[in-house]
Amino acid sequence: MEKSLKKYFPVFVLPTFISFVIVFLIPFVLGIYLSFTEFTTVESARWVGVENYIKAFTQDDNFLNALWFTVKFTIVSVITINVSAFGLALILTKALRGTSFFRTVFFMPNLIGGIVLGYIWNLLINSILGIFGYDITYDADYGFWGLVFLLNWQLIGYMMVIYIAGLQNIPNELNEAALIDGASSFSILRNIKIPMVMPSVTICLFLTLTNSFKLFDQNLALTGGAPARETSMLALDIYNTFYGRIGWQGVGQAKAVVFFIIVAIIAFVQLKITGRKEVEH
Amino acid sequence: MNNRKISNAFSFSFLLILSIIFLFPIYLVFVNSFKSKFNIIGEPFTFPNSDTFVGFENYLNGIESSGLISAFIRTLIITVGSVLAIVIFTSMTAWYLVRVKSKMNKVIYYLFIFSMIVPFQMVMFTMTSICAKLGLNSVIGIIPVYLGFGSGLSVFMFSGFVKGLPREIEEAAMIDGCSPLKSFFYVVFPILKPTAITVAILNAMWIWNDFLLPYLLLGSGNKTLSVAIQLAMQGAYGAIDWGGFMAMLVLSIIPIIIFYLLCQKYIIKGVIDGAVKG
Repeated sequence: MEKSLKKYFPVFVLPTFISFVIVFLIPFVLGIYLSFTEFTTVESARWVGVENYIKAFTQDDNFLNALWFTVKFTIVSVITINVSAFGLALILTKALRGTSFFRTVFFMPNLIGGIVLGYIWNLLINSILGIFGYDITYDADYGFWGLVFLLNWQLIGYMMVIYIAGLQNIPNELNEAALIDGASSFSILRNIKIPMVMPSVTICLFLTLTNSFKLFDQNLALTGGAPARETSMLALDIYNTFYGRIGWQGVGQAKAVVFFIIVAIIAFVQLKITGRKEVEH
Repeated sequence: MNNRKISNAFSFSFLLILSIIFLFPIYLVFVNSFKSKFNIIGEPFTFPNSDTFVGFENYLNGIESSGLISAFIRTLIITVGSVLAIVIFTSMTAWYLVRVKSKMNKVIYYLFIFSMIVPFQMVMFTMTSICAKLGLNSVIGIIPVYLGFGSGLSVFMFSGFVKGLPREIEEAAMIDGCSPLKSFFYVVFPILKPTAITVAILNAMWIWNDFLLPYLLLGSGNKTLSVAIQLAMQGAYGAIDWGGFMAMLVLSIIPIIIFYLLCQKYIIKGVIDGAVKG
C-alpha cells in the first residue's frame, strides 16, 4: 500500500510544503544569513560578520532594556495568570450555581484580538489615571502593570478552561478515598489535585511563557513603547529597529536571531523540567 | 453542611464581582461609543445623558472614515479562505506523512514542528520581501501565506489524530479501486472531522485577529480590521475622533462575541484539545 501511495507525494504534501518553504523555511535561513550582513533590501547585503550582534548589545541600549523589561513582564505575568486561573478552576469545579455563565465571561476576552484589547485597556487605564491628571505614558511602571493586567484579563480564562479540564480528569475515587481517610481539603489539593493536574500545568506554563515573551500587538496598542522606548518589549524593539532606523536592518535581524534562540531555549528547558514532574497514569 | 453553604455563597459572590470586573472594560468602550467625542476624554465614566448622547453618529463616522465595512469583508474573505485551505491541505499532508514512512517525510514533519517555536520577527523582513516579489501581497495572495504559517500546528494536530486510526478501512477502500485522493476524502476525512473543527477554530481565532502579517503584506491599501483600527490611531497624530474610534472597537468586537456565543461548545473544546495535543 505504501508503495502505491509514494507517487502521490506531490498531491498530498506539496501544496502545504511549498507554501511552508516560501513563507517560513527560505525566510528563516535567509534571515540567519542576513544577520551577518549589512542590508537595506535582501539583494544589497554586504557581509560584516558578527558586527550586528555586537552593535545590538553594545550600541543600542533599547535592546537590553527591552530584554530586561520582557523578562520581568514574563515572570510576573506567568505567575499571576497561572495562580489566578488555577484558583478560579478550583472554585468552578465545586458544582456551584452559574458555573457555565462564569466560564463564558472569563473566557471571552481571549477571543478579542491583541490590537483591540490594547486600545480597550488604553481607554480604561487612561480614564482611571486621568482622574489624577496622568496617562499611561507618564511612567514606565504604569505601562508595565497595564500590560500585566491586560494579559491577565486575556489569558486567565483560557488557562482556567485547561485547568478545569485537568481537574475534571481526576478520578473521583481518589478524592473520596482521601476524604474517608480524613484528609483536609488543603492536603487533598497538595497531594492529589496539584500532582494530578501537572500535565495541564506544563501546557499552561508553556502557553503563558511563550505568549508573554512574544507579546507584540498588545504592546504596540497599549503603550507603543512609551515613554521613550521604556516599555518596548523584545518583539516591538525588533520591529522598530527594522522599520524605524534606516541602515539598522542587519542589527534588527541579529536581534531577531537572539530572540529566536531565547524562545527556543525557554521552550526546551521548560518542557524538560515540568515534563519530569508529571504523574504517569 | 451550613459551613459549606456559607462558603458556596461566598464563592458565588466573589465570582459575580469578578465577572463584573471582567466585563467592565468592554462596557466602558460600549457606553462611550454613544457619547459625543468631546465627552469621552475627561469624563469617561459618566453614562451618556441628553447633552452627551449622540445616538449612532459615532458609528456612521467611524465606519466612513476608516473603510470599516470593506475591512470587515476583506478580513472575512482572508479568514474563511485561509482556514479552508489550512484544513484541507494540512490534513492531507499529515495523513500522508504518517502513512508513508521515509526519511524525507520524517524530516518534513520535524521541520513543521520546529516552525512552531520560531517567533514571527525572525522571518518578518525576509518573508515580506519574498512574498511581495511573488505577488502574494494581495487579499487572495495572503491565503497561501497563512497556509504556510498555519501548517506547523495544524499538521501536528492532524498527525496526532491519524496515528491513532486503523489503516484497515482506508486500505479496503483503496483495494476496492478508490484512488488515494478519493479514499482520503470519502473515508479518512469524515473520521478526522472533530480534529478538523478544532484546527479550524484555532486558526480562525488567530487569522481574524492577526495584525502584523496583514499590515506588512497588505498595508493601508487593503486594510483588515486589526490594521484599520491600528491605522486609525497611528495616523491621527492627536486629532483622534474618540467617538468614531470607540464605535470601531465595538463593531470589531460584536462579530466575535456572536461567533463565540454560537459556537462556544466547539471553541472551548478546541482550546482544550489544542492545548492537550499542542
